[in-house]
Amino acid sequence: MAEPLLSVRDLIVEFPTRRGTLRAIDRVSFDLKEGEVLGMVGESGAGKSITGAAIIGLIEPPGRIAGGEIWLRGERIDNLPMEKLRRIRGKRIGMVFQDPLTSLNPLYTVADQLIETIRTHLPISEKEARQRAVALLDRVGIPAAARRIDDYPHHFSGGMRQRVVIALALCAEPELVIADEPTTALDVSVQAQIIDVLKEICAERGAAVMLITHDMGVIAETADRVAVLYAGRLAEIGPVRDVIKQAEHPYTAGLMGSIPTLTQTSDRLVQIPGSMPRLNAIPQGCAFNPRCTRVFNRCRVERPDPIDRGDGRQVACWLHDPAEVRNG
Amino acid sequence: MLAFIIRRIVQSALVMLVVAAVSFSLFRFVGDPISSMVGQEATMADRAALREALGLNDPFLVQFARFIGNAVQGDFGISYRLQQPVMELILSRLPATLELALISGIIAFVLGVSLGVYTALNRRGWLSSGIMTVSLIGVSLPTFLIGVLLIWVFAVELQWLPSFGRGEVVWLGDWWRTGLLTESGRRSIILPAITLGLYQMTLIMRLVRAEMLEVLRTDYIKFARARGLSNRAVHFGHALKNTLVPVITITGLQLGSIIAFAIITETVFQWPGVGALFIRSVQFVDVPVMAAYLMLIALIFVIINLIVDLLYYVVDPRLRVDRANARH
Repeated sequence: MAEPLLSVRDLIVEFPTRRGTLRAIDRVSFDLKEGEVLGMVGESGAGKSITGAAIIGLIEPPGRIAGGEIWLRGERIDNLPMEKLRRIRGKRIGMVFQDPLTSLNPLYTVADQLIETIRTHLPISEKEARQRAVALLDRVGIPAAARRIDDYPHHFSGGMRQRVVIALALCAEPELVIADEPTTALDVSVQAQIIDVLKEICAERGAAVMLITHDMGVIAETADRVAVLYAGRLAEIGPVRDVIKQAEHPYTAGLMGSIPTLTQTSDRLVQIPGSMPRLNAIPQGCAFNPRCTRVFNRCRVERPDPIDRGDGRQVACWLHDPAEVRNG
Repeated sequence: MLAFIIRRIVQSALVMLVVAAVSFSLFRFVGDPISSMVGQEATMADRAALREALGLNDPFLVQFARFIGNAVQGDFGISYRLQQPVMELILSRLPATLELALISGIIAFVLGVSLGVYTALNRRGWLSSGIMTVSLIGVSLPTFLIGVLLIWVFAVELQWLPSFGRGEVVWLGDWWRTGLLTESGRRSIILPAITLGLYQMTLIMRLVRAEMLEVLRTDYIKFARARGLSNRAVHFGHALKNTLVPVITITGLQLGSIIAFAIITETVFQWPGVGALFIRSVQFVDVPVMAAYLMLIALIFVIINLIVDLLYYVVDPRLRVDRANARH
């Protein structure tokens, strides 16, 4: 099998606080193949965004990567010196943030910001960079790009600004784009357009996408595989279709059950009782055990690691441990 | 833009009119000017004649209009104490004050901004903590005490710099005598300029630091980092420029107060500027000089405010509303 584009191994991210160290990410591992779209879902605070920040090396201090490894195409990047890591950011890994209204510097024109980014990473002249910038804006669907490029961010609407942000993330042809809730702050009517633009332009350039969101609908339409995070741990990962059709982890099943569908005619959506534990009060054993409907003794004592089921799916749940299955 | 400038100029004129009213009322409420002008031996008839000759018997509004009319032409009457035209007196003293204010303003701005940026970027360093502690002293010690301390250390103990006066001055044009072109003049300005600028410097430094910390937390700085821009570009290109609007406001106003409150420094260092002139005038109830000084300071504040408002337009494109409106 070919080497994965991105490989995250046993990643641990910790935030030291006055009352002890909080573990925001606890031994998360996953791979991302070239050109693949990986959806990453979970509740607020499950660690989706921090995983993205860790990959690109932008965890806010005092938070830090306390363990594990991150490999980009066979090169370890989590322990690189700042300057080398900076050269990877924007050049090999692009990032799209949640709120397009605040992602752009209000004091510079779109052209300034695009040309600055392009010329930081590529050895081309100002004029070439400008042509490239106009072409990119045109590609992400900004009408009259050649004229509008000299406008300031506040001249653009939210959806248009997110297109500019996507152009900025992609302007140095990165191999991987991390999109951290790229549509959450947008009008419902433009969300689909932005996702389409992002998906198309990445497919065109062969860039892999790590799509962080809590919108299962977006994942279902866009992603090839999906990873479910719960309390900083990986609950389940697998091909989108399989996971949606038959969720193996009780938490994923709960998540899927809480999505309204057109065909189902139940009166109430399924709700998972309780809420995700705070990082300083994660229970022993499986983090999900107090809310789980199928909990048994082992779940309260022993923490389940993701179990490879052989069909491209991994589930961190004792129900899927071969030993348990055999015992009944 | 033009409409804005005109509106601001009209506002400024209104402000000046109010200040003129206050200055003018000095004449009427700070004792009888006649008794300060004539000697003890003058008869009642002499006094009445002088009163009539000076137009002091005219109605209030007529006198006020005459005062304004003269003031616009730069005529503030004759100093009671020195029997010279007030305008001439002030103009002969103004260069000393302006040079002092300019030098201390430059010191305050350059040091304030660079120390502010430094302490914001190295928030946890011991040098930053040291600078912040020292700056507290700068904010809390009164100017005259700092002046006296500096004289004691650098003039009396170390004997490096002169403790008073302006040193040797040379003529620059018709009425501007400068101390900046001679060795002794330059040495003389160091202590008073530091004394005068220290408070403003610490103020600017603390402001820049606070604004910088604020801006460094914003999404567009995070996004700038995620695009792989160099630290220098992020800190100075993107962050510093966004801190400038409040910094310009405060610096502008502070420049006004440097000129206005040079009084204390000029007294401590016997600096032959308008501040020292004003103090002497107060002692001798020399009302024309006091009134003219008041008007001059108000004029300086108004002009600086006007310049500050125009600078906003240069720095922040969001304020250039006409263009944005035309576009939509």
